[in-house]
Amino acid sequence: MAEHTMVAALNSALRDALAADPRTLVFGEDVGALGGVFRVTEGLQAEFGRERVFDTPIAEAGIAGICVGLAMAGWRPIAEMQFEGFSYPALDQVISHLAKYRERTRGRVGMPAVIRIPSFGGIRGKEHHGESPETYYAHTAGLKVVVPSTPLDAYRLLRRSIEDPDPVIFLEPKGRYWSREDGDLSVEGPGLGRARVVREGGACVLIAYGAMVGRCLEAATALAEEGIEAAVLDLRSLVPLDVGAIRDAVRSTGRAVVVHEAPLTLGMGAEIVARIVEEAFDHLEAPVARVTGPDVPYPPASLELRYLPSIERIANAVRTVVAY
Amino acid sequence: MNETASTDAPIVRLVAPDGTAVGDVEVGLSRDERRKLLRLMIRARRLDRECWALQRQGELTVYPPFEGQEAAQVGSAFALGPDDFVFPSFRELAAALVRGVDVVEYLQYHRGTWHGGPYDPIASRFAPICVPVATQIVHAVGWAMGATFDGSTACSLAYFGDGSSSEGDFHEGANLAAVFRAPAILFCQNNGWAISVPSNEQFVAPIAARAAGYGMRGARVDGNDVLAVYAVTRDAVERARAGEGPTLIEAVTYRIGSHSTADDATRYRDEAEVAAWGERDPIYRYRTHLLDAGTIDDAFVRGCDEEAEAWVAEIRAELTSLGEPPVAEMFDHAFADPPPTLLRQREELLGDG
Repeated sequence: MAEHTMVAALNSALRDALAADPRTLVFGEDVGALGGVFRVTEGLQAEFGRERVFDTPIAEAGIAGICVGLAMAGWRPIAEMQFEGFSYPALDQVISHLAKYRERTRGRVGMPAVIRIPSFGGIRGKEHHGESPETYYAHTAGLKVVVPSTPLDAYRLLRRSIEDPDPVIFLEPKGRYWSREDGDLSVEGPGLGRARVVREGGACVLIAYGAMVGRCLEAATALAEEGIEAAVLDLRSLVPLDVGAIRDAVRSTGRAVVVHEAPLTLGMGAEIVARIVEEAFDHLEAPVARVTGPDVPYPPASLELRYLPSIERIANAVRTVVAY
Repeated sequence: MNETASTDAPIVRLVAPDGTAVGDVEVGLSRDERRKLLRLMIRARRLDRECWALQRQGELTVYPPFEGQEAAQVGSAFALGPDDFVFPSFRELAAALVRGVDVVEYLQYHRGTWHGGPYDPIASRFAPICVPVATQIVHAVGWAMGATFDGSTACSLAYFGDGSSSEGDFHEGANLAAVFRAPAILFCQNNGWAISVPSNEQFVAPIAARAAGYGMRGARVDGNDVLAVYAVTRDAVERARAGEGPTLIEAVTYRIGSHSTADDATRYRDEAEVAAWGERDPIYRYRTHLLDAGTIDDAFVRGCDEEAEAWVAEIRAELTSLGEPPVAEMFDHAFADPPPTLLRQREELLGDG
């Protein structure tokens, strides 16, 4: 057993993938000698050479576009966008090509590419460095969208994403990059689309992903002191969405609170609540609550703690739902 | 008259519009290959006109004609080897024909039975039809990088129009190609018009002149001179194979027809301009050149016409007998490994079927 940060776990996942499959390539802005602005690719260029791990000019549409060409030439691209706020120039290539290529070619040409995007807030970043882009991708047919919440999960989910035959948008919660977890890094375990109950509890279920899983656990701990035992469900991937796990959790508790950093309107919470209504309506004891960022642009560092779902806001939502 | 600011820039031309040789027409092609170029151009034009008719008869949804651009497409595609890979936009049916793409499968796109790649892109070495303007340039660069990583000497060729040259993806693709010395040929068919906007309102300097800014070779060629297009493209292919990186080619040509069957070019351009470009017709020019050189005779031309007529009749018969694709196909290819939520939607829409 060893202790891993999420950055180190992701770095190991990339290293092990590069070693396991000679067709994998890692590229993006500053991923070579620097090892990425978050050091996720540290040491990879030295180990695997400049042909398999390389820097690109600052050209996000270009980075996503060469993923398409490289995949057509039989490679498995693993690209990094430096920050979620800088990934938007690539949306045309991602939405119009990466996501659709298999469909457009009647299944003849798949796109086994991974685009890693450091995402979400909580690091006192400048503007464009704290956003939640998941819905843009989750709403695009043909993409899978993965969001790890812990180092060990990050390792396994990234390895599984790289092995996946479909394009995967891998959103890394920057706020959890330096979180630590004990355990062995292993690709064994549930694949994409399998949520995980990280805390049991009968009063209510908190449904979250990424950095908000940890926040929900903290809220659940606080609530336990009041005698409210809340379960926490970590979705781990938004596409595929583990609707079965959501259904089971809501059926067993009758109460649910969905938590995400992204703005409220048409966020993942909207989809999750709709699924709950479809799958577990008869089991609901209270309206489902959402605790999210408000419908405003991500705020400056001094205000971000007021924007992000706090332990207090989450706990209050649970109290309200439980008292209904 | 839409004369771009680049009209006076130097241009490679081997055969004048009247068929007279004005350069070294010994471009390394055999007599049979020279005859084949004409046969392909005649076949392409006949098919293009048939497609326009098929659309008017309701057999195709929307069709983008390429009449006037036969030399640009046939000459460039003819310069490629079997392993090279073409990344087209949406007006490159003549290039597809040269590359041996299954034309009936290709036309299913315009028939509305499937999206970009109804043919086999990998086997055809011809990427799916690409409508988002200029995005295919970047794909071609990525493919060329991948070919280099494999130690291959194959190159890619991206077709795009003058309109595409204003897009950011043109810039990103060109710069990436130069930085990585990718064996990619960026082949612009400057046909004078981006739908209704003339090229002199789209950019000021010649497109080919941008090559110097990226640090790559550039060439400006008479796009209605098939031998010149072939020679310029073949030089770019040879440089790419030799590890000398990308080339930007601007083939100056003209879109005789409308942007598509949904467009009406008479609303924005003069008949006089179209007529002037008709005087520079690529097939007339090359046919006259070959006749004067004694490479072909009138019987050969008649044979090409008859053969094209019969071939197009086969294409029409096959295309119009095609049925609708099964509804299930909409679900079958979105993912290799579809999420359960999608499988459920499939079941709800299709029932047991």
